[in-house]
Amino acid sequence: MIVCITARAPGTDAPVEQRFARAPYFVFVDTETGKSESIENPLIDAAGGVGPRAVQLLSDRGATVAITGHVGGNAARALAAGGFKVFAYQGSGSVADALAAYTAGNLQPIPLV
Amino acid sequence: MKIAIASGKGGTGKSTVAANLAWTLAHSRDVVLVDCDVEEPNLHLFFPSEATDVPVTAPVPEIDYARCNFCGECGKFCRFGALAVVKDTVLTFPYLCHSCGGCALVCPRGAIREVPRAIGRVSCSRPLPRLVLITGILNEGEVLAPKVIKAAKMLAEGHPLIMYDASPGIACPVIETLEGSDYCLLVTESTPFGLHDLRLAAGVAEELGIPAGVVINRSDGQDENTVEFCREHNLPILMTIPFSREIATVTSRGGLIVRDLPGWEERFAELSGEILGVSP
Repeated sequence: MIVCITARAPGTDAPVEQRFARAPYFVFVDTETGKSESIENPLIDAAGGVGPRAVQLLSDRGATVAITGHVGGNAARALAAGGFKVFAYQGSGSVADALAAYTAGNLQPIPLV
Repeated sequence: MKIAIASGKGGTGKSTVAANLAWTLAHSRDVVLVDCDVEEPNLHLFFPSEATDVPVTAPVPEIDYARCNFCGECGKFCRFGALAVVKDTVLTFPYLCHSCGGCALVCPRGAIREVPRAIGRVSCSRPLPRLVLITGILNEGEVLAPKVIKAAKMLAEGHPLIMYDASPGIACPVIETLEGSDYCLLVTESTPFGLHDLRLAAGVAEELGIPAGVVINRSDGQDENTVEFCREHNLPILMTIPFSREIATVTSRGGLIVRDLPGWEERFAELSGEILGVSP
């Protein structure tokens, strides 16, 4: 399973970014292999409509779970349509911390509708 | 002839000047006044009259699921996020769509057709025997102001004398308004803010190759900086309206100074003479 965590920098030590589609980086972690890949968000300076486009980016990379602070209305609709499970991490920790909290079942799901 | 009225800064008196000028011109000729400030049109407040509405639509994508194979090309193409292909669904967000038609062009399976969606309306009335008022109205929350402006201007097309009242600012809606104009009347006020934005608006008119002249409104008699700017840029100052409680009182209740205060009809007639004199 591939989990995407929004981050302020590349790598699993980077702090989690609270904004979803405007996050500077998306860190994809394969929970089976433990491998991670960081993608610089090409949408960070786009004018608008970034929510659906970010979801498409996550979908193209096979992610099914997203961990972030908040999601906007358009992104929520796209995430719901894509069958994503989305969890809120509102702490100040790293991507690895957020992933650990998720694995331990300590994160609340973000309602998408 | 097509005369645009712009200012850069909001609240300088564009609509006041446009309404008084149109009223004056409509004494001697047929005039069409187009309110291109489609986000907050208010010329109709000077000219209350029964109006007929025409809807304005913009084309948005509709997916034919019998043909779509979810390749994602449309979503990758759309820079506004109006389409997103996630799993086996194509999500459309019509209010994000800029109606460029690109998604239908890039779809390799011909699975996208465009359908109209209402984004506003154009309202037409005849408040005076020789004055037609055309008002563009953009629905709340919509972004495609230029489309409504284009529709309003199109309805006026063919008339010998057309006036376009622009919105504040100098971005897309103002450029859409100014395009095709023969003359641009720039309304400013004697404040540093008025001059700052006059500089921007004059730049737009110059860039578009439209001859321009200036009206200084709410003048406190200390317009040296504005006068200097106009001299440097060869912009004639066609009229100066003083800062006066009497004028403010008439205007603030939706009145026209050319009709309600003595002497102003003559002054606006002179202004119209100056502008029509540059007719191509």
